[in-house]
Amino acid sequence: MIVAEKKPIDEIIGFVRDYRKILLVGCNECVTVCYAGGKKEVEILASALTMAFMKEGKELEVKEVTLERQCDHEYLEEIRNIIDEYDAAVSLACGVGVQFMAEKYFRTPVFPGVNTLFMGVTEERGVWAERCQGCGKCILGETAGICPISRCAKRLLNGPCGGSTKGKCEINKELDCAWQLIIDRLKELGRLEDYEELIPIKDWSTERAGGPRKVIREDLKQ
Amino acid sequence: MSTKTPSRLEKILAAGHMAVTSECGPPRGSKGEVITKKAEMIKDYVDAINITDNQTSVTRLCSLAACIRLKLMGVEPILQMVTRDRNRIALQSDILGAASFDLYNILCLSGDHQQFGDSPQGQNVFDLDSIQLIQTVRYMRDEGKFLGGDDIDQPPKMFVGAAANPFADPFEIRVPRLAKKIAAGVEFIQTQCIYNLEKFELWMKMARDRGLHEKVYILAGVTPFKSAGMAKYMKNRVPGMDVPDEVVNRMSGVPKEKQPEEGIKICVESIQRLKEVEGVKGFHVMAIEWEEKVLEIVEQSGLYPRPKIE
Ligand code: SF4
Ligand code: SF4
Repeated sequence: MIVAEKKPIDEIIGFVRDYRKILLVGCNECVTVCYAGGKKEVEILASALTMAFMKEGKELEVKEVTLERQCDHEYLEEIRNIIDEYDAAVSLACGVGVQFMAEKYFRTPVFPGVNTLFMGVTEERGVWAERCQGCGKCILGETAGICPISRCAKRLLNGPCGGSTKGKCEINKELDCAWQLIIDRLKELGRLEDYEELIPIKDWSTERAGGPRKVIREDLKQ
Repeated sequence: MSTKTPSRLEKILAAGHMAVTSECGPPRGSKGEVITKKAEMIKDYVDAINITDNQTSVTRLCSLAACIRLKLMGVEPILQMVTRDRNRIALQSDILGAASFDLYNILCLSGDHQQFGDSPQGQNVFDLDSIQLIQTVRYMRDEGKFLGGDDIDQPPKMFVGAAANPFADPFEIRVPRLAKKIAAGVEFIQTQCIYNLEKFELWMKMARDRGLHEKVYILAGVTPFKSAGMAKYMKNRVPGMDVPDEVVNRMSGVPKEKQPEEGIKICVESIQRLKEVEGVKGFHVMAIEWEEKVLEIVEQSGLYPRPKIE
């Protein structure tokens, strides 16, 4: 899933300070699972904003909606009939949802309610961690199912570096060294000799480096 | 072994001499003479001098410019190059720039993460890793081509080195990792500073068991402690450093004013012992910001005078 964190309330107040009618739009997918932008967080933000405005002696009308997804036309269309009644919207979806809403409702100012971080997993309750950077050419088959691009601080394809200590990364004692994990798993799979295969220089053109990416499936296009 | 480049370091090693290299860190400013002064001081005691490339991610005068200064004063430089800050265009371009000044040695590194230095908020590049940089230099030199496949008009002639840390974890892949660097084409290795001699000897034995000591020149890295505080710091704070308690105790066991002397003594004793280890072909004496001590260490270890090779 895409992992995000709530933006500091003061930053959001700064965005909407001059408006009187605001639409707060949550998303029922990833940001709900990581407690950053679901129905619950929309509720909390609504009351926080109302209180902040009251303190300044101003009135605020907030409307709360949480859509199934904000990255599909179908669901975003559900607010078409009401959006023009509001001076601005805050989307608590990931950056993708915020942008898609801004694209669709061109005349309404749309602000982000969360900081979008990464694609990752729920390691345990309250703990999310990165697992993939969408490099566009997955090498997990060569690295025992552990991604050095997203999990090694230097994205070394032939690691580990000399800083790996007691299984932890040189940049942070709390962070597993990806290459230690790869080696441990190769060993478990009885394939430690695969460690000596040189992973070739990567073609990064399928990654961010190659410019904004797009997938087109002619068979599905209408 | 026959030589493949005009590198003096390569010739010395190929002739069977114990090589001695050292390193200098460029200044945090534009005073080029800082580097030439350091080099002037140690040049007769070493065969070549590494110039670090923004080590510990602290911004400094660039390695390439400092290497050119050494070259112009007749000292053999080893250009350190990290993949942290440059993509493949910049790396290849700097290699050609170095070659245009007849720099014949390169040390391929990935580099410390930027969070250690003065720009923790900066981007990193890591388009290649250190092993892929070794492959790149070898490809440019031996095939005379850029990574993109085009011909290079007068390819670089560089003796290709890399670092090895026998002490980082996991230990079991430390020798396989050396084998990987050799497979990528590395020709000389400078190791991490050695304080745990037993562990280093075990690593060398495991390397010999695979015949790796015959495929690459291994220069053992040593660094003298200036003080007990430095020993403790290296033990506890520097990732991938293995300083046994007995060494720390030996340093703290002598009065503060005697500690620098004790540090040099430990260093010289280590060199004496490491000279006997089969497969050790020389020493890399790192005394950053204490360069004047390189002279004593080299002399007391019986590594002076240096062989004369044109
Ligand atoms: S190799 Fe690429 S696609 Fe595969 S997990 Fe890593 S970043 Fe994602
Ligand atoms: S310690 Fe491990 S995870 Fe961290 S940079 Fe080095 S190889 Fe990568």
